[in-house]
Amino acid sequence: MAQVIVVTSGKGGVGKTTTSAAFATGLAQRGKKTVVIDFDVGLRNLDLIMGVERRVVFDIVNVIQGEARLNQALIRDKRTEGLAILPASQTRDKDALTREGVAGIIEELSADFDYILCDSPAGIEKGALLALYFADQAIVVTNPEVSSVRDSDRILGVLQSKSRRAEEKREKVKEHLLVTRYDPNRVERGEMLKLEDVREILAIPLLGVVPENESVLRASNTGTPVIMDTESVAGQAYKDAVGRFLGEELPHRFLEPDKKPGLFKRLFGGRAA
Amino acid sequence: MMSWLDYFRSTRKPDPPSASAAKERLQIVLAHERIGRTREDFLPKLQQELVAVVARYVAIDPGKVNINLDRGGDMSTLAIEIELPGPPATAGAARTSAAAAR
Repeated sequence: MAQVIVVTSGKGGVGKTTTSAAFATGLAQRGKKTVVIDFDVGLRNLDLIMGVERRVVFDIVNVIQGEARLNQALIRDKRTEGLAILPASQTRDKDALTREGVAGIIEELSADFDYILCDSPAGIEKGALLALYFADQAIVVTNPEVSSVRDSDRILGVLQSKSRRAEEKREKVKEHLLVTRYDPNRVERGEMLKLEDVREILAIPLLGVVPENESVLRASNTGTPVIMDTESVAGQAYKDAVGRFLGEELPHRFLEPDKKPGLFKRLFGGRAA
Repeated sequence: MMSWLDYFRSTRKPDPPSASAAKERLQIVLAHERIGRTREDFLPKLQQELVAVVARYVAIDPGKVNINLDRGGDMSTLAIEIELPGPPATAGAARTSAAAAR
């Protein structure tokens, strides 16, 4: 039986799709058969971030409406063994996504995969509710910024009241906090919420911290999940988060500001600021 | 102002520029999506009709029909792979490829 994981946040632009792509790739790299589903009907983007946009033939709505089989709509990743992508529809109406339809897809995927990642759209409308409904676990992506933290808190409330586990009064959805776009230098200058503040406010277990990093834009430009950039700090942070998700105990890295310039640099080469 | 330390740091690993890749990928995907906005998606119907034609001659399993598409700038390739059942000696996958310039 596959584990269903929703990647969610409430707020848009915090890194849900980046995280979904990186996490799905990371799980597959660790030998877990993984499928990642884009729930953002009308505004699909996971295909671009995964670099498979040229290969999309059918999408989740085609499958729900019986126009294509699930196997035909799944795009197998050519770089990572055991990884598949189910794209969202770009042209259909959002109402084409039904709970029964999604239930059928998840059930069918459960037979073949270890993990089913659901990349949620922003907001708390139908697409987002469907993305989280079947979840066993949730990765809540949060930026150290007031509106993102508030929206994450809101989505945690939705997980606890509107997921299938909540409705069936089963054990609650396992929550994981992933802080992204963290900038230790700005935290040190007092310009950004501290990791400890975010943890204290949301009070859910911390899965990882992904620093603000140039590699994320580079990855999206080329359609390569950032976890494949093993030299980059963001790639390494995602790799650590996947390891922790699979039960490893790894220290959190990249939380310290850049080293203070030495005496020489301060005298001869330092910045005016 | 850059210090000499920064100079070494920044030249250690030159990254290939990725913005041009972003532009090229967007141009291809958007060109196809803009066509799609004014015209109904014909792929589901094309698939159904092709499978129906083949099924007239051979008993095929609709679950063993694979469709692969590669959208390009000047040309897209659509490959439809239908597994034909038959005597062991001749069994195998027959591949029908259609290259469609769109």
